[in-house]
Formats: sequence, structure tokens, C-alpha cells
Amino acid sequence: MSVLGILRIALRSLMRNKTRTFLTMLGIIIGVAAVITMLAIGQGAKQIVEDQVNSMGTNVVMVYSNFNRGNVRQAAGDGNLLTVDDVQAMKDELDGVLYASPVYNSWGQLKFEGNNWRGSIMGVDSDYFFIREMDISHGELFYGSDVENGAKVCVIGKTVADNLFPDTDPIGKIMRIRNIPFVVRGVLTPKGQNVMGRDQDDIVIAPYTTVYQRLLGRHWRVMSIIVSAHSRDYIHILQQDILALLQTRHRGTTAEEFIVSSQTELAETASSVSDTMTILLASIAGISLLVGGIGIMNIMLVSVTERVKEIGIRRAVGAGKRDVLLQFIIEAVSISFIGGLLGIALGVAAARIVGNAMNWSIAVTMWSVLLSVGFSMGIGIFFGWYPARKAANQNLIDALRYE
Amino acid sequence: MSDTLLTTKAISKVYEMGDIKVHALRHVSLDVAKGDFIAIMGASGSGKTTFMNLLGCLDHASSGEYILDGIAVHDMDDDKLTQIRNQKIGYVFQSFYLLPRTTALENVELPLLYCQKCSLHDRHQRAMDALKVVGIEDRAKHFPNQLSGGQQQRVAIARAIVNNPSFILADEPTGNLDTRTSIEVMAVLQELHAQGKTVIMVTHEPEIAQYAHRHITFRDGKVIRDKKNLSPKDAKTDLINLPRISEEEDE
Repeated sequence: MSVLGILRIALRSLMRNKTRTFLTMLGIIIGVAAVITMLAIGQGAKQIVEDQVNSMGTNVVMVYSNFNRGNVRQAAGDGNLLTVDDVQAMKDELDGVLYASPVYNSWGQLKFEGNNWRGSIMGVDSDYFFIREMDISHGELFYGSDVENGAKVCVIGKTVADNLFPDTDPIGKIMRIRNIPFVVRGVLTPKGQNVMGRDQDDIVIAPYTTVYQRLLGRHWRVMSIIVSAHSRDYIHILQQDILALLQTRHRGTTAEEFIVSSQTELAETASSVSDTMTILLASIAGISLLVGGIGIMNIMLVSVTERVKEIGIRRAVGAGKRDVLLQFIIEAVSISFIGGLLGIALGVAAARIVGNAMNWSIAVTMWSVLLSVGFSMGIGIFFGWYPARKAANQNLIDALRYE
Repeated sequence: MSDTLLTTKAISKVYEMGDIKVHALRHVSLDVAKGDFIAIMGASGSGKTTFMNLLGCLDHASSGEYILDGIAVHDMDDDKLTQIRNQKIGYVFQSFYLLPRTTALENVELPLLYCQKCSLHDRHQRAMDALKVVGIEDRAKHFPNQLSGGQQQRVAIARAIVNNPSFILADEPTGNLDTRTSIEVMAVLQELHAQGKTVIMVTHEPEIAQYAHRHITFRDGKVIRDKKNLSPKDAKTDLINLPRISEEEDE
């Protein structure tokens, strides 16, 4: 019997039993679709959690001068070593630095018309917004040119905006910081409280040049530097590089005169979250495959066992074992293949729908498709072939009498 | 001995069930001539079905020889036996054994699918011819569940003869049928016999055996009687005399 002839017999048999064919296929479809969807959603969730943890500043390094060296506590301004040139040097000379900005912190009276508010004031470069991943909810940020020109502009947090401008749109208004007029450029997207419980929206941010010239007293010109790395994996190397760079630039200083700190705890949390999510994902994949695989196995076993008599009849009228086996393998392969394709389509569609509903960026990965289809087809073909082989090798009379 | 279809020489079958050996068949030697119509009879457990399975190459004998059409079949492997079944033997089973959801025509074509020589067109033609011989060509496109028991058995007989086998082997062909359809099926078998086919039929009903030309009776795995039926009944005549109750009844 030719393979082509058997192929025709197999396809005719599939077409003839449409319900059985469909139900068998359904096992594969569900198995494949479940794995693809679950993995896509898991992957999306993992991405989101990691993004959120990363946005807390795991790739950020803070650099301070150490004022407590040698057990001698000095007046704050005296020990200041860091300069704006150090910031530029970090950007120019160190690999792995994404952004860097000087930071001047101050505190002062804020005023608009009759409204007063005491708030924290920061003087930074425009890079700071990228380092802290700050966004504007309306208006706009200030730019490098504003920093160069020492423009009297600022952006304000929501808490400041609510208190100074309860009834008006703050954009373009002139508010006074320690009695010096600043134009409000924009209002920041609210960030809420930080881990320490501090209100991150109670803030005014202005170009560091302006803050330095207009707002800081001579003894309070203490600068720190904030640096972001390309990836949190470089953080430790970057810290060492920064320290080395500062010692070269400031002759005669020791490592103890600088504090180069990173959010190591946060970074550790981030990688452990990432590991946890990876394990979660692997478990989801494993369980989905197992459940899908058992479903496929059952339906293939049942549908072939149900046909032992048919195998007996075919063998009695002259079908060889090879013919019967080949027919069942072709049937199992066809069902698994078509079911696999439909499963991919269903899985991708389901992942898309969930992605849209949750507003996640969900991507179906190639390996999840290969894994699920490979596994499901393997199970489908094996459990189509194995009972058929048993039935074909069985005593012919027993097969015929099988009920 | 050119008119001998098959010969068995001291053929035996022993089933081993744990420690117990069941002798289903003990040294049966038999000749069947071409063109004969044989009824194999006996109570259940007499070995008649075992004997039929051996004749039909559905099972291997434990010992003894079986020569079919001059070919020693008893020591053939499974693949060769498959060919023998396909080319030389036509089966009719008690419960028809038609493939469900498969038209009568396709069921009849089944043996031809597994023989390489037939083209597609040839297959249809031969299957239709076989259906005509059993008088059921108008039901060619029907599914088994749309046919009565008698019609299903006719389809099965058409399937048995489609490959033009050396003999037809019928296992209780009327076992699932009422009296009238039983006689109809016997009429078909007698007609085939009249056309020169050899028919070997297993039955436990003496009145059905009356239509055969030779009676072989088994008991305890042995042939206890083997005699010619000198005045076989004619099924067609019986059909005319049988009072009609209704049109072909289902089983």
C-alpha cells in the first residue's frame, strides 16, 4: 500500500468523523493556546513589575562630600569638594554613565498672590528629569538653554501647585521663591509618597545655575551629584570608577572624603523580584504544559482506543500493521499540526485581548510558541501512535471483538 | 486434486490461560473442494469458531498444516497472511463489522484500498458491481445506520466478494437477523454459490444449515460428523412460501 493511498484513507477518515476530529484537535488547541497566553501574560507582568522597581531608582548613584571625616565635624560649606566640572568629567570620562546632574537642595518661602507655602527647592540640570524619570502633567520642563542662561523658571510638584494655585492654572504665572520671581513652566506628574513617606510632589525644581546665584547663601553652596547608569548591572563598577575619578580630580583627597552611594537594597530587591517572576513564569509554563499535555494524552488515548474494532476490521480485510499504523500516525500528525496552528492563533489573540484590556505591552515570544507547539505535538503524536501500535499488534480476533 | 480449495492436516489450537491449557481444536483434518457450500455446526465451545478463525487466517494454529490454493499458509508471517486475507478470503461477520459513518460503497471498497493494483475508477466500478450482485446498488450512498440489518449484511457480503476471493467465510451470518432476512441472506449466498463461489459458513441454527450442501459438525474440538446434504433447501422458494409480515424489518 502506497503512502499516498494511506494518506488519502487517513484524511478521508478525519473528514468523515468531523466531531471526533474537532474534539481531538481541541485538546491540542487549548493546550497550545493556554501555554502561549499564560507565558505572554506572565512575561508582560514580569516586565511591568521590573519597570516599576527600576523606576524607583535602582540605576542611580548619589555622590556627596563627606563632612564627618576624621571625627571633626565641620561647618557644612567648608568641606564642600564637588564642583560642576566634576559632573561634566563624569559624563565625558566614565563609561556606563547615562545622565549626571548637580543637585543643590534648599528650603524656602513660596508665594503667589495671597497664598503662601513652605517647600523644598532643588537646583538641578535638565538631565535630572531623566534620571528621576519625571514627567510633566501639563506645561513643559525647562531645558539645557535655561540652565546655561540662568533663567528664572521652575517646575512645581502637585502639592505646591494645589496650595499656591488653588483656583488658577499655574502655567506662565510668576511665583516668588524667597521673594525672587520665577516663571512656572510646568506641573510635574504626581509621584506620591516615597518609600520613606516623604511627599515627592511637595517640590520646586529650578535650573541649578539660577538656584546657585539667586537663592543660596555663601555657606550653603553644598553640591551633591546624581548619576544614572545605563543598567543597574554596572552600578558597582560605576561607583568605584566615580570614586577613582574624584580622587584624581581633587589632588590629595582620600576615598573617605567622598560618599558614593547607590540604592543597593533596592537593586537587590529588583533582582530578587526579577528572579521570583522568572520562577513564577517557569512554573506557569510547566503547569500549563502538564495540564495541556494530560488533556491531549487523554483525548488521543480515548479516540484511538475507541477505534480498536475499526483497526480489527481494516486488518481483517487486508490492511497490514504498517498500513494501519501509518494511517493513525498521519491522522495524529494532521490533528496535532492543524491544532497547533489554531492554538497559536488563539493564544496570540487571547494575549492581545488581555494586553489591551490591562494596557500592558504583551509580546508573544518565539520560544513560548516553539515550546508549546513542540510539546503538544509531541504528546499528540506519541499518544496517537502508541495505542494504535498496540491495537495493530493485538490479536486480530480480540481487536474485532473489542467493544 | 485440482478441485481442492483447501486442506487442513491435524490442525490444533491450544489456548493457555495461566496454568490451564484449553484444547479448542484437536487434530482436525479436512478437505474442502472448490465450489462447495459448507455449513460448520456445533454447540458453543465446540471449536467451530476457532476453526473458522484458522481457516480465515485471522489466527495462528498451534500445530498442524493448512494449505490454501496450494500455498502452505500455516507457517506464514503476519505480513504475508495480511495479503492472503486481502486476496483470497472474503469475510462475512455476525455483526456485519461495517465502518460507521462510511457509505456502503466506501465500505465495499475497503479491501480494494489495501491492494495496490486497483485504480480509483476501477475501485468504484468493482464496488458497484459487487453491490449489484447482492442487489443493493440503490443504497450505495447510504450509511450503515441508515440500512436495515439485512441490508447491512448484504453490504458486508458485497465487501467479501469485491476482491474476487477464493472463498467466502461467513461467521453466523444470520445470527443477528430475523427469519425472513436470514433467508434472504441465505438466498444471496446460494446465488453466489450458484455462480461458482465457495462458501464456508459457521452456524448453530440447523434450519440455516439446511441451505448448505455439506454439513460438518464439531464437538469438543473434533469433527464428529461430516456428511453431504443431498437435498439442500432453496432459499428463493422458501421466500415465496414465507408469509409476508411487513417490508424488510430491522433487527
